[in-house]
Amino acid sequence: MAENTGGGGRGESAGDKAREEFFSEAQEIVDGLSRDLLALDDVCRRGGSDAELVNDVFRAVHTLKGLSGLFGAAMMSGLSHELENLLDDLRLGRIELTAQVLDLLFQSVELYGRILAAAKGDAPEPAPEVKALLAALGQVAQQKGGGGGSVVAQYELDPGLLGVLTEYEEHRLRTNLQAGLSLYRMRVQFQLATIDSALDDLKSKTRPHGEIITFLPTGEGGDSESVELEILVASRENLGVLKGAVAGPNISVEEVRRRDGGPNPAASIPPPPFEDAARRDASDPYSVSISPPTTSGGDALLDEINAASGGASRTSAPPPAPSFPPGPGAAQPGTFPPMGLPGMPLPGMGANANANANVSGNQRELTLRSVTQTVRVDIRKLDHLMNIVGELAIVRGVVARLSERVRLDPDLKEIAPDLHRLHRSFDRHLAQMQNGILEVRMVPLGQVFDKLARIVRQISREHDKQVNLVITGAETEIDKLIVEELSDPLMHMIRNAIDHGIEDKDERMRVGKPPVGTIALNAFQKGNHVVLEIEDDGKGMDPAVIIAAAIRKGLVSESEAREMSHKEILTLVFQPGFTTRDDVTSLSGRGVGMDIVKTNISKLGGVVDITSDIGIGTKMTITLPITLAIISVLMLEVAGRTFCMPLASVEEAIVFDDAMIKTFEGREVMTQRGATLPIVRLAKLFHLEGWRPGVWINEAAATPKPPEVRPGRKAKSYCIVASVADRRVGFIVDRLVGQQDIVIKALGRSLKKARGLAGATELGDQRVGLVLDAAALINEVLASSPEGRIAGALEGPRSPKPASDVRGDGGML
Amino acid sequence: MVEDSASTRSFVRAILEDPASAAAMGALEVTEAQSGFDAMRLLPRARYDLIITDINMPDVNGLELIHFIRKSEHYRTTPLVIISTQATERDVERGKQLGADAYVPKPFSPEAMRETCARLLGSGNG
Repeated sequence: MAENTGGGGRGESAGDKAREEFFSEAQEIVDGLSRDLLALDDVCRRGGSDAELVNDVFRAVHTLKGLSGLFGAAMMSGLSHELENLLDDLRLGRIELTAQVLDLLFQSVELYGRILAAAKGDAPEPAPEVKALLAALGQVAQQKGGGGGSVVAQYELDPGLLGVLTEYEEHRLRTNLQAGLSLYRMRVQFQLATIDSALDDLKSKTRPHGEIITFLPTGEGGDSESVELEILVASRENLGVLKGAVAGPNISVEEVRRRDGGPNPAASIPPPPFEDAARRDASDPYSVSISPPTTSGGDALLDEINAASGGASRTSAPPPAPSFPPGPGAAQPGTFPPMGLPGMPLPGMGANANANANVSGNQRELTLRSVTQTVRVDIRKLDHLMNIVGELAIVRGVVARLSERVRLDPDLKEIAPDLHRLHRSFDRHLAQMQNGILEVRMVPLGQVFDKLARIVRQISREHDKQVNLVITGAETEIDKLIVEELSDPLMHMIRNAIDHGIEDKDERMRVGKPPVGTIALNAFQKGNHVVLEIEDDGKGMDPAVIIAAAIRKGLVSESEAREMSHKEILTLVFQPGFTTRDDVTSLSGRGVGMDIVKTNISKLGGVVDITSDIGIGTKMTITLPITLAIISVLMLEVAGRTFCMPLASVEEAIVFDDAMIKTFEGREVMTQRGATLPIVRLAKLFHLEGWRPGVWINEAAATPKPPEVRPGRKAKSYCIVASVADRRVGFIVDRLVGQQDIVIKALGRSLKKARGLAGATELGDQRVGLVLDAAALINEVLASSPEGRIAGALEGPRSPKPASDVRGDGGML
Repeated sequence: MVEDSASTRSFVRAILEDPASAAAMGALEVTEAQSGFDAMRLLPRARYDLIITDINMPDVNGLELIHFIRKSEHYRTTPLVIISTQATERDVERGKQLGADAYVPKPFSPEAMRETCARLLGSGNG
């Protein structure tokens, strides 16, 4: 990555591992950032605010800045620096969170993504965009106003506690008090081993009632395995409610009183709006001092406290008004000695050093284990493991054959059962291992949905259309590699749905639809597939307009167009060259890059289908395999070669007889359960017709003869009915070999461009089986003339199909 | 080393376990804590010679951690370094008041980190 050259030396010394961790951590943070922003956007649109979310966003950017600085990622570092300033102003209340500011934040998430992609070499660096964003961020920064005054001094707070608040926490404390909330102090005893979950529990109990300002270990009441925390909470509720909410054996709650014994604001005074805080402060008879905003350095709070408690010196003042209840095991009131004095010994840390030796091994293990529960794994390592599983599967096949031979050999009869058991056990464990690895590769689709939600927000703002994105099935899991490849096609489809599907507000009102459009994004698992539906309630696609455009583009002739079904017409939008941008804007259809969408989905082994009703909306359905790494296939033989048809695409295999063939419009078909099924001979498709059943012309020496093919006897053949979505084709093959799980390997250079082949796999006896790409084959067969235009696939790349070849298939579909 | 970013932890570990660091201050064994609580769990279990902490961390922040650490008999004078990209100088200033010995702003070079640690370990032991 170009921007790394400056820090290259550092990166190297820190090691590639740290660098890889950097990328994946940065990506994770950016993903989290995106989620937080969407949540924040949601809160803002409902007129609320969420200080905690703003702070989470700040922390995320802060971490990104630190990381990118360490790893010499200059562009990311620069962006993070400016963003951090903006977010700091936001969380400290110096500027307001407006839709414009949110836009900038969303843009930055987008740019982070692109910078990371650039760093991996996937794309150029978005330098101009970053520059523009930095300028915009700079402008916002100039609008900043001052922070509020302070009321903190009115409360009986310990200077020791105030001394350890970060500036942000101090700001939150002040803001909450200005807003008229009451302040409470909780003391909670936690077991160190389980503190994380216990704390989460407490947080979720507290959150509905108020904001947690800080957690401070008191250094009291704990022992080597537990710790006492003092938690400062601002809340509108009274003490009883809060106590009830967090009630527990080791928790005490008390209100932090105002020095003058003034009224409890939460109980009586309605909270004044934030803007009034400063004014209220000035006129408040209880107010002791109004300090300037503490944006840099200084100990304004401590000064306030000291002023309030009679100007005692900061370092030696006793706590102004000790008011802590005696906690469990705590004897002294006024927990925190003033800063700078030597601290008291901590039971858990110093005095008990010997006692630590008694900690049982179990507990120690628990404590250490809780530090790391997840590991990041490079997906290439999983691929490597998967390849090994593939090799083992071959070994398994060999063992199976050996076992069979041993069983038949009278001399070896004794060991046959043992070998058989061994084989079974090996089989079972291998399957478990394979499933285990696959499981690790699975990630929830929610990852890509978050990104889409962002796009919807952005586009709907650009177009001034209100769109509600409704997501279901975000937890549906799919291969990580598929998820990564999905985001672009999905983005395209969503963009099209908003661009061309959803009408503007006035139009929607006119036709009696709700003013806010809806795009539903549904994901669910269906057998070995994951189905994704993108459904909008827009104006739908008009077949007449699509036909007109297709004819204008020369994709179909007028006479062909007349014969096309509704569905075929809609499918035209997937044709390369169907639309160009200038066309689309005047067109009620859609199709910006829909051919690319289709190609990308096909590469993942999936298909796209459209249904659309004028005035009601459009639904696109993507059907994808769950994983790319390993597939179950039906092994079959054609002309002495082994092919593999993905089992996911196989509906059934039927014994085939030439008498079953009918001809329909010059194409071979057969009737199957009352429906017409287009059929194609795989041998013809791949130009392997030199071979006739029983006669080996090529490779006669190299390829073992299949046992049931005997010269002179009429060989059976089979029809494999394959389907993708609702398209079905029968493939005629010579022999079925059986079912097997295979690890797909990429084809070599010479075959890479061959259509209809997804890859190759080793068969275990030094032979290679070609894996058929069912989706491509079916599409090709249905789209091309009966003469088998796919022919030649095995001979090398073929020229692109002329657009005029595209024609309807009568009523067959 | 108390730091909530795994990458930063890896980076600092790589620096401190580098032969150059070993040459400057002897071989170091680095223990990572990913939060203030982790640190509180780990600190009593060994005698650490040097503590490095971030400030901006969830739950128990770095300042609170320093406050806590300095109250302990064993860690009252242990060299303590703040690493942070924290924008506000005020928090770093607070950290120093609470007893931090040095502040290494992120992004730091391996040399800066190494020199700071070597300096503190040299004086702290004497």
